Amino acid sequence: MLPAPGPEPVVRLRQVTKRFAGGIEALAGLDLIVGPGELLALLGPSGCGKSTALRLMAGLAAPTTGSVERRLPDPHAVGFVFQEPTLMPWATVERNVALPLKLLGLPRPEIRRRVGERLERLGLGGFARAYPRQLSGGMRMRVSIARALAVRPRLLLLDEPFAALDEITRWRLNDELLDLWRSESLAIVFVTHSVYESAYLATRIAVLSARPGRIVGEIAVDAPVPRGPEYRGSEAYLRTCRAVSARLAEALGEGGGP
Amino acid sequence: MRRFLANVLPPAAVVALALAAWEAVVRLRHIPEYLLPGPLRIAAALRDDWPLLYPSLLQTLAVTGEALLAAAVLGGGLAVLLIQAKWIERSLFPFAVILQVTPLVAIAPLLLIWVKDVRFALVLCAFLVAFFPVAANTTLGLQSADHHLLDLMRLYGASRWKVLRYIRLPSALPYFLGGLRISGGLALIGAVVAEFVAGTGGAASGLAYRILEAGYTLAIPRMFAALALLAGSGVLLYALLSGVSYLVLRRWHESAVRREASSASPAG
Repeated sequence: MLPAPGPEPVVRLRQVTKRFAGGIEALAGLDLIVGPGELLALLGPSGCGKSTALRLMAGLAAPTTGSVERRLPDPHAVGFVFQEPTLMPWATVERNVALPLKLLGLPRPEIRRRVGERLERLGLGGFARAYPRQLSGGMRMRVSIARALAVRPRLLLLDEPFAALDEITRWRLNDELLDLWRSESLAIVFVTHSVYESAYLATRIAVLSARPGRIVGEIAVDAPVPRGPEYRGSEAYLRTCRAVSARLAEALGEGGGP
Repeated sequence: MRRFLANVLPPAAVVALALAAWEAVVRLRHIPEYLLPGPLRIAAALRDDWPLLYPSLLQTLAVTGEALLAAAVLGGGLAVLLIQAKWIERSLFPFAVILQVTPLVAIAPLLLIWVKDVRFALVLCAFLVAFFPVAANTTLGLQSADHHLLDLMRLYGASRWKVLRYIRLPSALPYFLGGLRISGGLALIGAVVAEFVAGTGGAASGLAYRILEAGYTLAIPRMFAALALLAGSGVLLYALLSGVSYLVLRRWHESAVRREASSASPAG
């Protein structure tokens, strides 16, 4: 199904708080809606509960109070990309990508077909039999993304996926992510602490306050996708960066910072 | 080939020098062979007493091997059981520790009284010292699985069995093999200690009994020959287990991956 422009959200967080066993309050009164086909950036200072929000959306954690609603054709139509590539070091690239499909019990030929397709799509065609340690950081992250996409998710969650990569690799993967997003009709939520990354990638940016996190501002980014390298130098991009930076500074100020 | 020589020649030369020095000291100081025989005398004893020593060597190795196999299977199995729930670990692990810290020589006599079949009692003794490293290491390995990978398993609703099979067992494999390497030597020691305590005569007597017997009859060169066989077996066992570990892990684990000065990896 094509992403409906209608208001039916993929994920809705209502007044979510999350308190951990140690008494740390990660989120306080978080309201957030992720629409279908949206590319939402969760931007905030370190330790503001961004990752916690992402885990709640994935169903990997339950909110202390409030509710998390997900509307997906299939509860497993979710992809998650962690900060680290998180691959099985003992398995080849193709077996890493096949893991979620095996868990969902797909027939073997279908698994092979989908894995091949995903590897091609992410430029990993020649590395199906390689082991993760033989790959560079950027390639490993590609494998991780291929694995997340193998289940044909309607919702893709990324937790600072490119933070550990060098600038050039990060930019290239940013473009590839935009490319995927355009062709796959899926909603993407990605967590970042980079103003520039969020301004380049997102269609909407939600700015979180320092811990306990809640949304302190939302900025829509209208620039059309694809956004080539020239977009990084455009007036629209710089304007977005300035607006986002200002919000972020406010958020930090509110959190009791300097 | 050159690298092989560079790796093998220096240690071989050092061993040869040490043996030569030993031989020289024994000869120059006229040390009687019932106190300390030289390496040549020991080699002669090894050759002359081979018909006596060889069956004993096989006996000791069989006990060691069976104990090690049991330690691998039961130690690994216990580890899988322990990680199923915290309360299981808390209630069972103390038993494993108690068995581990109780000296084998202290319980071997009891075991030999309780168990009628002496051969089985020997294996049991060797097993008791060999099994702890496997169990403890494997438990650690099963618990060290990447928690993000475990998250991923949860995301796709994987059953406990699938988590074990796809993530926990492979994560634990290097730990298990490391434990097994320690257990190999311990199983041999356990077998020897048990044989000493049992002191069984007749056909079913291992190298430890040969050492005891040689001590009683002051056949000191034969005693050293038996000792050399034991030490050699221990070294071989360790090398064998290290080889297995290397073969199993060479594709992915840091411990087994060969590194070059500058590793070539495809750019991303």
